[in-house]
Amino acid sequence: MSNLLIVLIDGINYAAWLFISAVGLTLIYGVMRVLNVAHASFYAFGCYVAVTLAGYWFSHNYPPHLSFFALFGASFVAGFAIGWILERFLLRYQYAKDEVVILLITYAVFLILDDVLKLIWGVDPYYASDPYELLGTFNVGDMTYPNYYLLMIGSAIVLSLGLTYMLKKTRSGKLLVSVIHDREISSAMGINVGRFFSLTFSFGCALAAIAGGITTPTISVVPGLGVDVIVLSFAVVVTGGLGSLPGTALAAIIMGVVRSFCVHYVPQLELFVIFSVMALVLVFRPRGLFSLAEARKI
Amino acid sequence: MNLNKKLIASMVIGSMMGVAQAQAPAAPAEVKIGIVSFLSGPGAAPFGVPARNTAEMLADAFNNAKAPAPYNVKGFGGMAVKLVVIDEAGSPTNVVTEYRNLVQRDKVDIVIGYVSSGNCLAVAPIAEELKTLTLMYDCGSPRLFEESPKKYVFRAVNHATADSVGAALYVKAIKPTAKTYSGLNQNYAFGQDSWSDFQGAVKMVMPQLQEKTSQMPKLFAGQYSAEISSLLESKSDVIHSSIWGGDMEAFILQAGPRGLFKQSSVILTGGEVSMFRLGTKIPEGTIIGARGPYGVYAPKSALNDWYRSNVIDRYNAPPNLAAYQMAHTMMATKLAFEKALAANGGNKPNSDQIADAMRGMTYEGPGGVHKFNLSNGHQATAEMVYGRVKHVNGQIQLVDQKRFTPDQVMPPDGVKAADWMASKKQ
Repeated sequence: MSNLLIVLIDGINYAAWLFISAVGLTLIYGVMRVLNVAHASFYAFGCYVAVTLAGYWFSHNYPPHLSFFALFGASFVAGFAIGWILERFLLRYQYAKDEVVILLITYAVFLILDDVLKLIWGVDPYYASDPYELLGTFNVGDMTYPNYYLLMIGSAIVLSLGLTYMLKKTRSGKLLVSVIHDREISSAMGINVGRFFSLTFSFGCALAAIAGGITTPTISVVPGLGVDVIVLSFAVVVTGGLGSLPGTALAAIIMGVVRSFCVHYVPQLELFVIFSVMALVLVFRPRGLFSLAEARKI
Repeated sequence: MNLNKKLIASMVIGSMMGVAQAQAPAAPAEVKIGIVSFLSGPGAAPFGVPARNTAEMLADAFNNAKAPAPYNVKGFGGMAVKLVVIDEAGSPTNVVTEYRNLVQRDKVDIVIGYVSSGNCLAVAPIAEELKTLTLMYDCGSPRLFEESPKKYVFRAVNHATADSVGAALYVKAIKPTAKTYSGLNQNYAFGQDSWSDFQGAVKMVMPQLQEKTSQMPKLFAGQYSAEISSLLESKSDVIHSSIWGGDMEAFILQAGPRGLFKQSSVILTGGEVSMFRLGTKIPEGTIIGARGPYGVYAPKSALNDWYRSNVIDRYNAPPNLAAYQMAHTMMATKLAFEKALAANGGNKPNSDQIADAMRGMTYEGPGGVHKFNLSNGHQATAEMVYGRVKHVNGQIQLVDQKRFTPDQVMPPDGVKAADWMASKKQ
């Protein structure tokens, strides 16, 4: 029983990380039908901004517990700003093109931003584990866990609930949902679709960056760290249903728990278990667990 | 008469021109060396860039005759050394293409490079095909020479079997009562080979140790929560890990606060790479390897002092194990080249002649004496060193250092590493 509890805790923790990493990708796709491969670069930007700021913060003896707000806030702002520039000066002129062309454009952006990161921060690894250690640990039986896991799980829950509230309960959210369902009708009804696109893309990029910011205290920030994230995020959003928030959450939980089970009991399967789950789901539900219903157009 | 004068004059001028032509200084001879290492991606910071830095520092020192004896001859035997540096990143197919470009387009005389074992194994047959002297400076796969003998390929440092056997010998020396062990290695060729070697080494050195779990997260996974829980649950006395780079640092940062390093003796076979960057973040008791007598394990010598101080002066960071491996490979190449040059009457030697000079050679680098005494004189061996982390005044030190001789950690000549470990089972 205690072993299963440990499997569950590890699984939920990994699921939280997967969800935080993938949610920006699914939001952008849901609204804009843009599969943003540059998501990986925004995640990496979030990591580098957070690690740089953390170094500054702790070396100047600022209040340690405020570092979380500073790290996550700075990552968010950096991601939002770069995302806005990218949408405003590049993507805005590509929306008439095929989805695949836009995907290739974001891939090119990913390659460029990857080099920009190296230009700014070089190839040396950086770490900032102070926030991770700051929160202490808790025990489940003999097993010690860092409280930072609770922060990560809490962040995923807050993000999930906040986005759901925003989409379902606020005026902007309802307008956004109408854009998701039919951008032409929304535009005809007087909704500024271009503005929503710009905001959504910037916000999605900011979510990718904040995912990097939250992850940073647990890792060493090295060149190329975003590559794995885009692959996993893609698996999660495809399994959940491209553009579906609940789908992304459920897919992250399933994948996190199944992976954790494999690590504990059949570690040989860990390498491909996430992609096995994806393949299995797509066999029975080719559009993912929670694919969005699309209005039939005549 | 006029005609005779003209003839004589033209003969005189012609002969003068001939003399002038004979006396014109020849184009300065140079030795072009292709340096291949990771300059981008996760392998750049721990391996590629420190090694490239050392190659450039040594090339400058050689060209200015600033290196100490026996490396004090200018350049390579008086010929200027010119480096052509390229990135190892990319698929093995791409790496092979770049190798061909180095040899056939850039006309390099010698190639030194390769961190990835996959790239080493892919490039070696091409080096044989193109008959170009090629030295693998870092990759650890023992299969490099086991699968087929080589004529033009050399490795001037230990292969990875020394890591695993040295680690097992160290555990036996400092923790003889250990009963169980587990592993955390990256799921790709090097990680799997390292774990397999360590399993073999344990059976050879401490057969009483029982295996509990083997965790194989994928390369660059970054998140190790479940793996750490599984290792904690196993309550193993010893944990072996060949994990490297950012993955290793993430593992240390995540596992440290959870008490894994207190519960088990964790061996990081390549831990030296991150030692100074992580400092006291590496918990006390962690067993650190450096793939040989490199970095802080290098023996005291004038050559080592010169090398370390030059790297620190130029790059503001001490050389790590990859830098030492590059230094050894460059120095072995210089000695072999100069030996071949002398044997060739002062004329620039070709790959065959340098290979003949290098085969079976003994040389000394900043990491001590190395001998090309395995695989028909193509594979060098050196002692192996391990130590444990201790925090002293906020600094990290390696205590309880144990040194193992080459014949303790490397298989005998002509015997495959796996066969050697299997045959020596107790």
